[in-house]
Amino acid sequence: MTPNNSVLGASVSRLEDHGLLTGQSRFIDDLQLPGTLSAAFVRSPYGHALINGVNTEAACQVPGVVAVYTLTDLQPWLTDTRMATGLPSNSFRLDVNPRVLAADEVVYVGEPIAVVIAASRYAAEDAADLVEVDCEPLEVVADCRAALLADSPGAHRKLSHNLVAAFDFDYGHVEDAFRQADVIINESFRLHRGGAHSIEGRGAVASHDPVTGKLTLWTSTQRPHGVKRVICDLLGCNDDSVRVVAPQIGGGFGPKLVCYPEEVVVAVCGKLLQQPVKWTQDRYEYFLSTTQERDQYWDVEIAVDNDAMIKGVRGALLHDHGAYTARGLNVPYASGVALPLAYNIPAYHLDVYAVLTNKVPVTPVRGAGQPQGVFVMERLLDRVAAGLSLDRAEVRRRNLVRKEQMPCRKSLKLRGGTEVILDSGDYPATQELALEHAGWAAFGERQQAALEQGRHIGIGLANFVEGTGRGPYETVTVRINPSGNILVATGATAMGQSTQTMLAQIVAGQLGGDLSLVSVNCGDTDATPLGFGGFNSRQTVVAGASAHAAARAVRDKVFRLASRRLEAAERDLEINGHNVFVKDMPDRKLTFAQLARAASGLPGFKLPVAESGPGLEATESVVIDDMVYSNGSAVAEVEVDIDTGQVDIHRFLIVHDCGRMINPALVEGQVAGGIAHGIGNALFEWMGFDDNAQPVTTTFADYLLVSADKMPALELFHRESASPFNELGVKGVGESGCLPTPAAIVAAIEDALKPFDVKLNQAPLTPAVLWGLIRPAPGISAPEHWRSPGIDTAAYRKGVLL
Amino acid sequence: MDSKIALRLDINSRDYHVNVEARQTLADVIREECGLTGTRVGCEHGVCGSCTIVVDGAPVRACLMFAPQAEGKKIRTIEGMAEGDDLHPIQRAFSDNHALQCGFCTPGFIMLIAAWLEQNPAPADGEITGMLSANLCRCTGYRNIFRAVKQIVAELG
Ligand code: FES
Ligand code: FES
Repeated sequence: MTPNNSVLGASVSRLEDHGLLTGQSRFIDDLQLPGTLSAAFVRSPYGHALINGVNTEAACQVPGVVAVYTLTDLQPWLTDTRMATGLPSNSFRLDVNPRVLAADEVVYVGEPIAVVIAASRYAAEDAADLVEVDCEPLEVVADCRAALLADSPGAHRKLSHNLVAAFDFDYGHVEDAFRQADVIINESFRLHRGGAHSIEGRGAVASHDPVTGKLTLWTSTQRPHGVKRVICDLLGCNDDSVRVVAPQIGGGFGPKLVCYPEEVVVAVCGKLLQQPVKWTQDRYEYFLSTTQERDQYWDVEIAVDNDAMIKGVRGALLHDHGAYTARGLNVPYASGVALPLAYNIPAYHLDVYAVLTNKVPVTPVRGAGQPQGVFVMERLLDRVAAGLSLDRAEVRRRNLVRKEQMPCRKSLKLRGGTEVILDSGDYPATQELALEHAGWAAFGERQQAALEQGRHIGIGLANFVEGTGRGPYETVTVRINPSGNILVATGATAMGQSTQTMLAQIVAGQLGGDLSLVSVNCGDTDATPLGFGGFNSRQTVVAGASAHAAARAVRDKVFRLASRRLEAAERDLEINGHNVFVKDMPDRKLTFAQLARAASGLPGFKLPVAESGPGLEATESVVIDDMVYSNGSAVAEVEVDIDTGQVDIHRFLIVHDCGRMINPALVEGQVAGGIAHGIGNALFEWMGFDDNAQPVTTTFADYLLVSADKMPALELFHRESASPFNELGVKGVGESGCLPTPAAIVAAIEDALKPFDVKLNQAPLTPAVLWGLIRPAPGISAPEHWRSPGIDTAAYRKGVLL
Repeated sequence: MDSKIALRLDINSRDYHVNVEARQTLADVIREECGLTGTRVGCEHGVCGSCTIVVDGAPVRACLMFAPQAEGKKIRTIEGMAEGDDLHPIQRAFSDNHALQCGFCTPGFIMLIAAWLEQNPAPADGEITGMLSANLCRCTGYRNIFRAVKQIVAELG
């Protein structure tokens, strides 16, 4: 009765592919219900303004327009005008939930003010242009540093300050560590804002069924259950009368985990008009209104002894929270946790300030705060190496958490209060493998030789540890149907990361190994009432555990029933494909269909196995509180053209450990995609705003995603340290590629520019920025937004603002 | 805007008769009037390439062309690639190499590659990369798409 392992751990082809390759899969904008109306939103043109009035008369005259609604029109149908979408925290000082529609004040460019519903998208957009919004611009908070100054205007007119939350991390004897240190290094860092930019934008379709009274909302979301909660609460509906479904999702990468105003408005309009209503976001709207991330200023110090052993880290983190609390404090929290994870740091104090600005709200983008924490720590270690004239790898080697410390309890807590326990892995061995593959030790000679030819090449190293598998659970139902196929239903939600294939492999591993029998229903609140969805690299861990348990329970039922019917001991039975047979006697068999029909029972007859209950079905919600930690080491090799500031990545390699791999090809796909995103963060992706918080990069021609010609040939290597915290031994992988990448690339660029003695404490590094740093000349300098940041943390600590 | 133009579009060797406004993009008409939703729209400003289709043998961004401009031309979309259940070799190569994750960009890439390989049956690696950089993918990091193209080129060669 050993499970069929050939399917678990194999790079089988995906369940998802056929429909996607042939164009048959249905993304949100592909849903075309008869009679569907189109929605277009009227959005704020200002970062901060009063709304004195909205005139919809002209818009209503446009042929094809069915309705134009402002908040006043929708309010009778809503229980509240604000959306409670944030995770709770005691650290909040201001309550700034997003509005369903803005009524008297707008607080970021792109905030929705009104909605036009029309027969076609073309007519809706024509009419939206004709809606007159009488705005009175107010003072704008565009910079999160200035936002904390005592004379700063409020990002919301009624607020007297912008400090939306403050909290700290604190363990060990930080003061002593710094008093006793041989060397203290102090640096400031700046990580810039970017977007997730799934190639599919957001969108929603609402349809109200007049017969059943049920409202169905299809929406391009990572969290259908979260959206359903908000919709039920705001529309005052009970849970049975709302169904939320995530159709095929064209990429998420974080922002689609938020419930947005547009989803609520589309749902209300569908109910109000008793006709299907669809809204499809265009790219311009994505730039304006989909949440973003990464804007942070850090001011930190590290204390080490003369052997480069870390004694402590302390400092402050200013986090741009955007204009509303759309998700919570999880991003800056994750930044603060990520910083000390990979290393033994005996004392740590970080003051975190989340600050309101008049920009689109900040919520997780692939990595969710962790890339920033990793960037800061890795850059600090490079400075320590420079200060003590040690090899950068050696400094890390001395301080990495060691294998014999595992499981290693860190003096940190997760946001829900559970402890951070690094479960497994061999971080130093991971780094050594990376160095070996990179030829780290011999690089100095190559660099010297290149320099003699006038070429500037450099190498950089970064380690990371990623918290994955956020609990508490994800429900999975496994059922063998009377037709003989296996249905898996789960609250887990797929957005391109091969969730169906992953779950099917786990289930088939217990039930005969034939993936073609398995179908997986993800992200439908009717199929699985309880669920969380896709975020935090969690689904392989939490949904995987439940799928494994449910499949095993079904397997037990199959064997119990088959053993009676075949008159053989359970231990003598095997499953292959859909046949259950007696070992070495393939003809003594029953099919899944025969067994499932028998298990369904007959009227008036006893069930064949009373203790199994009816059917071949099991639902499990394995509760997992502790997170599991993937780790890895990345090495980048670059060449910088000092005449243009252009960076070429010659090599990028990563040694990665996400525990046991369900499907290595899919793991590599996730890692490669994460690295591509990280390269964007290191070199290209710069979401610009002017002094009035007006976005200035609102097309893919201004905001550059990595294209094929900018991707180096990646070298990926795996280690598999099975996690002892779950039965499958798995850890998450979705975000890890983007954690070390900016740090490794920026380190490599700095190494290449050694002759110029530049310090690179920021990302992204565009050619213009680098050129300015390489050639500081009178009258020519890096653009204003790139000046090295200085945060007066002392002022904050003294409590001027607190 | 309510004066409509009657058009006959030849898509995947089938005639589609539609009435459209002059300003309707080819992408919108193919998706909404002809019901062929496999052509995806990712940016509507001509950069991402997910709307790429083949018009008279050339890869074209369907979001940058008005439907009336396509009359009389031979249009090929992702729906015209597989024959029944048999995937086109490019589609198979994408699956073999895990060259798609969310799959949203995939039809655009496949149509780009299909048209390009007709003109460049034996490309060098650098040329493949150059061609692929016409379109954007946020999921894969492109390397598996590159491998898929290499596989097709090898099969063709
Ligand atoms: S949708 Fe046409 S190029 Fe992006
Ligand atoms: S596979 Fe998702 S954008 Fe390419």
